[in-house]
Amino acid sequence: MQAVSETTATDAPIRALIRPKDIARPEECRDMADEDDLILSELDDEELVAQMFDDLYDGLRDEIMEATQILLDRGWAPYDVLTKALVGGMTIVGNDFRDGILFVPEVLLAANAMKGGMSILKPLLAETDAPRMGKMVIGTVKGDIHDIGKNLVAMMMEGAGFEIVDLGINNAVESYLEALAREKADILGMSALLTTTMPYMKVVIDTMKEQGIRDDYIVLVGGAPLNEEFGRAIGADAYCRDAAVAVETAKDWISRRHNQMQAGA
Amino acid sequence: MLVIACGALAREILALIGQRGWDHLDLHCLPAILHNRPDRIAPAVEAAVTARRDRYDRVFVAYADCGTGGDLARSCARLGVEMIEGPHCYAFYEGVAAFEAKGEVTCFYLTDFLVRQFDAFVWEPLGLDRHPELRDMYFGNYTTLVYQAQTDDPALTDLARRHAERLGLGFERRLTGYGELETALARA
Repeated sequence: MQAVSETTATDAPIRALIRPKDIARPEECRDMADEDDLILSELDDEELVAQMFDDLYDGLRDEIMEATQILLDRGWAPYDVLTKALVGGMTIVGNDFRDGILFVPEVLLAANAMKGGMSILKPLLAETDAPRMGKMVIGTVKGDIHDIGKNLVAMMMEGAGFEIVDLGINNAVESYLEALAREKADILGMSALLTTTMPYMKVVIDTMKEQGIRDDYIVLVGGAPLNEEFGRAIGADAYCRDAAVAVETAKDWISRRHNQMQAGA
Repeated sequence: MLVIACGALAREILALIGQRGWDHLDLHCLPAILHNRPDRIAPAVEAAVTARRDRYDRVFVAYADCGTGGDLARSCARLGVEMIEGPHCYAFYEGVAAFEAKGEVTCFYLTDFLVRQFDAFVWEPLGLDRHPELRDMYFGNYTTLVYQAQTDDPALTDLARRHAERLGLGFERRLTGYGELETALARA
């Protein structure tokens, strides 16, 4: 891959990436070079978004950051870059993970690429009137230090317009409840990767019931050893099998709450 | 008696059979790689028990819960066979009560088997052979690799220490021996 720098009329440097589309054997490179070299800045919007889907899928962080900046420079609203290019591309990644085509390493690389794009967009989104869906407190439960799934959910929820308060790992019930109250959150998200730690989710939910605050929040749970039955048994509102389902479930529950509040008004 | 065991315990169980003179035990192992797919353990165990039990007076399942979330225990109860108490082999090698009392949430455990098979069971399934930059995403919250040694083998200890370096973790070795695997098989 060869990077060529050039300066635009606005003096903002744009780096054109010359990259072979497919990995070819060296003896094929000369023949393939002309038809397969790709310059992101020469793609129209539709082609560039499609290329971003491919680059997200392949976990190409630098390319995603480059393309994100190109779309912004073309006048795209930050929210549209986020939703149409980044979230759109990660949805495909999530679907293929669900179908067993991609595995955890590839999903992590794709997420890392999306984070690269979001690092450019987040300051700009804060300045705009991007729609705010709600606020979620999320963390891995006490005794559990695994956060890959939790981090993916947090990232996708941010992409969907939710404000995220990430408590990190190894959270006791007090940590969750203090954050929910302090942040006036709408949603509690709990994650666990171990069969030995997932029972703690029931401790948190039971404590919420004892304090009379269970119905004040939407409770979503997730993690590899969980399932629908477990989510129901512990009194969660929903079990979310992956980040994409978490986003749709959160939107659905937020919408229901708004409707209930309006009906009660 | 037939022992249906995880392949990761094969060497240890055969050693115990030899050391304790347990000629009455026949061992059948299931692929150790099921360690990475716990949802497949209970069905595999049930199939193995069902296929073989008619030839034996008794069957014992040398698995702990192993991430099945109680599925294996329910299968064993339905089949009328016993299994090893506890959440996993890391717990029964150290002693389940002692392991739980330690509450070591930031430790990553390797047994003799996993030290030998580290690349096949840890490094490559996590994609670290192709993408070593993912290492800290997986292991950034861990502090220590604990090598639970079933045998006193300096070469394995050295290998385990190198695995700790590859993962960017501190290193601790504990000579557990066969722990509650031995007592469970003796009682079975």
